[in-house]
Amino acid sequence: MVQLTLPRGSQPKKGKTHAAPDGAKNTRTFRIYRYSPESGEGPTWDTYKVDLDDCGPMVLDALLWIKNNVDASLAFRRSCREGVCGSCSMNIGGRNTIACTSGIDEYKGTITISPLPHQPVVKDLIPDLTQFYAQHAAVKPYLKTDTPAPEKEWKQSPEDREKLDGLYECIMCASCSTACPSYWWNGDKYMGPAALLQAYRWLADSRDEAKGERLDDLNDPFKLYRCHTIMNCAQVCPKGLNPAEAIGEIKQMMAERDG
Amino acid sequence: MTDYRTPAAKVRGLGASGHASKHWMAHRVTAIALFFLAPVFVYMLAMSGAPDPAAARAFFASPMGAIITLLTLTAGLAHMRSGMLEVIEDYIHKPFTKTVLVLANSFLTIGLWLVTAFALLKLAL
Repeated sequence: MVQLTLPRGSQPKKGKTHAAPDGAKNTRTFRIYRYSPESGEGPTWDTYKVDLDDCGPMVLDALLWIKNNVDASLAFRRSCREGVCGSCSMNIGGRNTIACTSGIDEYKGTITISPLPHQPVVKDLIPDLTQFYAQHAAVKPYLKTDTPAPEKEWKQSPEDREKLDGLYECIMCASCSTACPSYWWNGDKYMGPAALLQAYRWLADSRDEAKGERLDDLNDPFKLYRCHTIMNCAQVCPKGLNPAEAIGEIKQMMAERDG
Repeated sequence: MTDYRTPAAKVRGLGASGHASKHWMAHRVTAIALFFLAPVFVYMLAMSGAPDPAAARAFFASPMGAIITLLTLTAGLAHMRSGMLEVIEDYIHKPFTKTVLVLANSFLTIGLWLVTAFALLKLAL
């Protein structure tokens, strides 16, 4: 059977509680998953009171406030702070998203933050996404052609270019794949919604000459067909993309090819 | 045992099986067939006065009754077999357990089809 519970020792226990700074009047409680492999201890839920009058409006601002003012050891990925790089993806309030575009005021009460689900944890809010990136590479996310490259550019009509809207904008934050139960149970074989969205991005590209080869690589009960269209991916995507629809399009291409 | 395979080797695995699209299509075809067949079968059976043994025998002996019943049973059991295979593939990871369950799923559905088809023939002839 698939493993439906956390492995022994991975169940978080109650951790430290950090009080609000003296004089802080407008505070918000953050409950954050903490784990450090060097400690030899299991994970904990640490609680932080953040002074909202001294902090920016986004969840990422609160994490940075904690790191700068309370606990410098808190580890998380972040870079662009404007929803472009996909680094600060995590589970906030029970839902995968990116911290930089999530407003603190979008959540009620205590805000619980944990790493993306069902991935090995490197430290605190940092998951190991090695497999996720390998899956992205495996769909060959680049133009494949046999025809010699033209002197200027590969031409594409505006209509064909429009077909790539909603596909190319993916920021590879992994929110979708790690929200997918099929990916939780069979992530070692199932490519996951993010990689399949990119697979379709190149299948839908009028300039690409390797459609048959790309479909051959995906015609597998696990690589593609573990998707049962429950739409968690589309629900959590912070960019508003719809990987489930793209996966459906790939299945239709397969059916069209089979005749 | 430490797994020293590279991430690419793990993800590529044994490659694509090459036949999954056919299974997907068969599952959809049986679903569409059942969408039409199931209500027709239930309606015809309800109208036949089936609780009465003689009426039920007459229904299964009629060409329309026998054909609709056999089609519904065949599509239903084929759909059940491929659907249960999906469930096994989703949740069962131990190779031996998985093989046993995949075989049991096939044997059970094929056996059920034979039993029901034989019962229908016996009633019809």
